[in-house]
Amino acid sequence: MNSSLKKGRKVVIIEPSAVIASGLKAILAEAGSEFEVCGTFEEPAHFAERAPLLAPDLILVDPAIFDFQKRLAVHNFFESQPDAALVAIIYGFIEPDALKQYHGSIHIYDDGRKIIRKLRQAMDDRPHETEAASEGYELTDRESEILVSVAKGMTNKEIADTHHISVHTVISHRKNITRKTGIKTVSGLTVYALLNNLIDQSEIE
Amino acid sequence: MRHLLFTERMKMADLIHANYRLLFVLPRFGIRLGFGDKSIGEICRQQNISASLFLLVCNIYTFDDFLPEPSELHSFTAEDLTRYLHNSHADYIREQIPEIRRQVLALVGCCEAKNGKILERFFDGYSREVTRHFNYEETVVFPYIHNLSEGIESAEGYSIGQFEENHSNIEEKLGDLKNILIKYLPDSCPGTPRNKLLLDLFLLEDDLNKHSLIEDRILVPLVEQLEERVR
Repeated sequence: MNSSLKKGRKVVIIEPSAVIASGLKAILAEAGSEFEVCGTFEEPAHFAERAPLLAPDLILVDPAIFDFQKRLAVHNFFESQPDAALVAIIYGFIEPDALKQYHGSIHIYDDGRKIIRKLRQAMDDRPHETEAASEGYELTDRESEILVSVAKGMTNKEIADTHHISVHTVISHRKNITRKTGIKTVSGLTVYALLNNLIDQSEIE
Repeated sequence: MRHLLFTERMKMADLIHANYRLLFVLPRFGIRLGFGDKSIGEICRQQNISASLFLLVCNIYTFDDFLPEPSELHSFTAEDLTRYLHNSHADYIREQIPEIRRQVLALVGCCEAKNGKILERFFDGYSREVTRHFNYEETVVFPYIHNLSEGIESAEGYSIGQFEENHSNIEEKLGDLKNILIKYLPDSCPGTPRNKLLLDLFLLEDDLNKHSLIEDRILVPLVEQLEERVR
């Protein structure tokens, strides 16, 4: 059995509805010893008091318990558990920007197997996130070079050929550029390059 | 949750006090300020608009987790909804975007010439894209819905399933514009016009997000129901 390899991942559930919390516990129990629920809380404040003792690997939390303004900064709330995977429990519409804060999400209409699968996935995705976050915000020299190529309107293939790297590497640089600058479109990146004097207007016309 | 929603018996004025972003919504229903102490229901009857559609829009704008079930969408017609969406498009193109453009130009006027040009060019690209997107809905999607409401099936085999959710690129460009103003335009560009523009962009973004939400989560399911009936 696959799950026997990863035993006793500690799970905390922060969910105001007792019915939903019990339901989730039952589903996790069906997966055998893979997940061990070490606490359920109705309110985030109650969890915060116990968090250092519990040291969970996985935190299931209903995003709606946070005030609207705080939904975009849930990491601040969980900063004492930087290694835990955060998974949202969804039962209504949650803004996509708020959901991006989580490593994964489960919907209350998902079946048991799907929930388990999504939780495993969230655990697997987690290390990449922390790695990326520790890299800092300034663009590296390589990223600036790639950005200039993007701004000039080159395709990923062309950029890969010019810089002697794989298309896959180009895509990963572009992801990092967007993560650091917050700028997603090619024309936005062009503006960035122009304002930072990385290129001249004449080079893109 | 339900008991917190707006109802017909509330005063129209209280609605604005509860959520000032609804100031964008009222003109799209033809409702003008100066309505005194009349209730929402009274004003809707006076204007001959569907009170349940009006309330639905106001509730979606105000309560972030509110979304009705597709089975609850029978209290107004798809044509009522497209009329509102059409008025919204006209409002964006004739009022909101030109007003923001005026503010962009005010900021451009006080920036270094080179940076001003870059900003203006980016904004014009954004505004062209918004216009193109609305035009697509006006010339392809809405006429299709109109025919469907009359019981006529699309000759070209179009269906609402093809309704591109290409709001994303527009949203990304607006996000980029905000980041450029917050982070990357040099600080030689003056603060007050820059702040005003940013505040208006945040309001526009919220408003457009609700607009897309209504299209994707209300209009599309409603039209899917119509399609099933025609088939």
